Amino acid sequence: MSALDFAPRPGAAPFASMVAAQAGAEVRAMLRNGEQLLLTMIIPVLLLVGFSKAPIVDLGPGERVDFVAPGVLALAVMSTAFTGQAIATGFERRYGVLKRLGATPLTRPGLLLAKTLAVIAVEVVQTAVICGVALGLGWRPQGSAAAVLALVLAGTAAFSGLGLLMAGTLRAEATLAAANLVYLVLLGVGGVVFPLDKLPAAARPVLELLPITALTDGVRDVLRDGAALPLAPLAILLVWAAASLALAARTFRWE
Amino acid sequence: MTSPAVELTELVKRYGPRTAVDGLTLAAARGAVTAILGPNGAGKTSTIEICEGFRRADGGSVRVLGLDPVRDARDLRPRVGVMLQAGGVPPAMRAGEWLRLVARFHAHPLDPAALLERLGLTEHARTPYRRLSGGQQQRLSLAAAVIGRPELVFLDEPTAGLDPQARHACWALVEDLRAAGVSVVLTTHHMDEAERLSDHVVIIDRGRVVAEGTPAELTGAERQLRFRARPGLCLEELLSALPAGSAAKESPSGHYIIEGQVDPELLATVTAWCAAEGVTTEDLSIERRTLEDVFLELTGRELR
Repeated sequence: MSALDFAPRPGAAPFASMVAAQAGAEVRAMLRNGEQLLLTMIIPVLLLVGFSKAPIVDLGPGERVDFVAPGVLALAVMSTAFTGQAIATGFERRYGVLKRLGATPLTRPGLLLAKTLAVIAVEVVQTAVICGVALGLGWRPQGSAAAVLALVLAGTAAFSGLGLLMAGTLRAEATLAAANLVYLVLLGVGGVVFPLDKLPAAARPVLELLPITALTDGVRDVLRDGAALPLAPLAILLVWAAASLALAARTFRWE
Repeated sequence: MTSPAVELTELVKRYGPRTAVDGLTLAAARGAVTAILGPNGAGKTSTIEICEGFRRADGGSVRVLGLDPVRDARDLRPRVGVMLQAGGVPPAMRAGEWLRLVARFHAHPLDPAALLERLGLTEHARTPYRRLSGGQQQRLSLAAAVIGRPELVFLDEPTAGLDPQARHACWALVEDLRAAGVSVVLTTHHMDEAERLSDHVVIIDRGRVVAEGTPAELTGAERQLRFRARPGLCLEELLSALPAGSAAKESPSGHYIIEGQVDPELLATVTAWCAAEGVTTEDLSIERRTLEDVFLELTGRELR
């Protein structure tokens, strides 16, 4: 056992290494949590394989996987940035983790940056898995990766804002229930695997304003149809991001 | 001259209509152990959480290492170690992982493995926090409070729910911190803890300081004669046999305390009186007043 010298020698670690340490811990927590993996990996992959292989719903002309893969990529972003982050942060608030971390040199901006980096890191893993499976199913993506990246980042910001808004105001149990419910509803009505034109025409103008629909449409326009950067979906996502992050910043309760 | 570790002046904290801290003034010296002692609901946690920067005061002033805990939070965080009363660790995180994470927020941390060893947690290093016993969770929180080699440590009820071994381990750590020059402010409602560990004890009740001093100052030089006998002895008759200025009470039933000039003469008078009454005394002893006596005198005996 090495000697413990308690003589004061205080000092914060460099900001970047504090953020890296916290982001690493957040990624490990997400990849270790069974329920989170169900939402972020297993359900998206099952939907990808199921809807690509089985003619359950008429997905329009073209290869089925070319329709399903972009929707599942959008779902993956929502599952991590919104559902997973809302539930994890809600319980961290409840267990006093946010409070305790607030007393370390990490600081709140450092904590939020670490959470964002962790979400992006998990999205990278999800994207690799989903693209690998989709390519194995004969997927032939079109368009520019940069356009998809812009949409995914805007979508991540929008969903993170909504997730933190929920986690910072509701009780942890209410966040758990609501985040799962929203995930299911948006999976159903957001054009992820069920084409929007199968839903009542009257509902469509509203549904098209949802962040999940904007992300799905935008990513699908690029990857299936080879569109340049789809500006309308991008604009919808940026408005959601600005509104939700601003509201979350005003209402978030740390304990 | 350096400022005290903590300096509170006329501190006020309200929650709605309830006043939790009501004009509290205290100073905790640097390099010393200061205990804030009080019954449940006395305002201990509110006071310490204002010092930690978690809550804002509604009135008065707060200085921690000469700085404002909210405005100067960025400067204070690395210099101040914090142990919350409960929780604060993600339930799925392993004990060793948490300590290594907190260590990485600091420039010159202690070795996490050595600290785990010191607190008897080495074999639980890979156990998730939620599966640790209450005492193990407390020890892990204590470890996280000191790993960054802080100048000042706030411990909110550090030994609540600990078994005797773990309490002694915690006390030994606090003694080592003081020996190394760390300032420690702790809350407790264990009198023996305050009496044993602290250089300075502040007794608070209903959000105000009711007494403060060293344990010796608070308990005074006064000694007591204590004994057990059958309940219901006539104390007035006994008192009439004792020198003026003596006091006698039965508390609880069958336990007698005589205060005053406790000397061999008084002892002889009491035993002679008991013999004359045909009363057998047991556990007769002369003791210093304990902090518990002082505490109960000041804060009352009723449960709340």
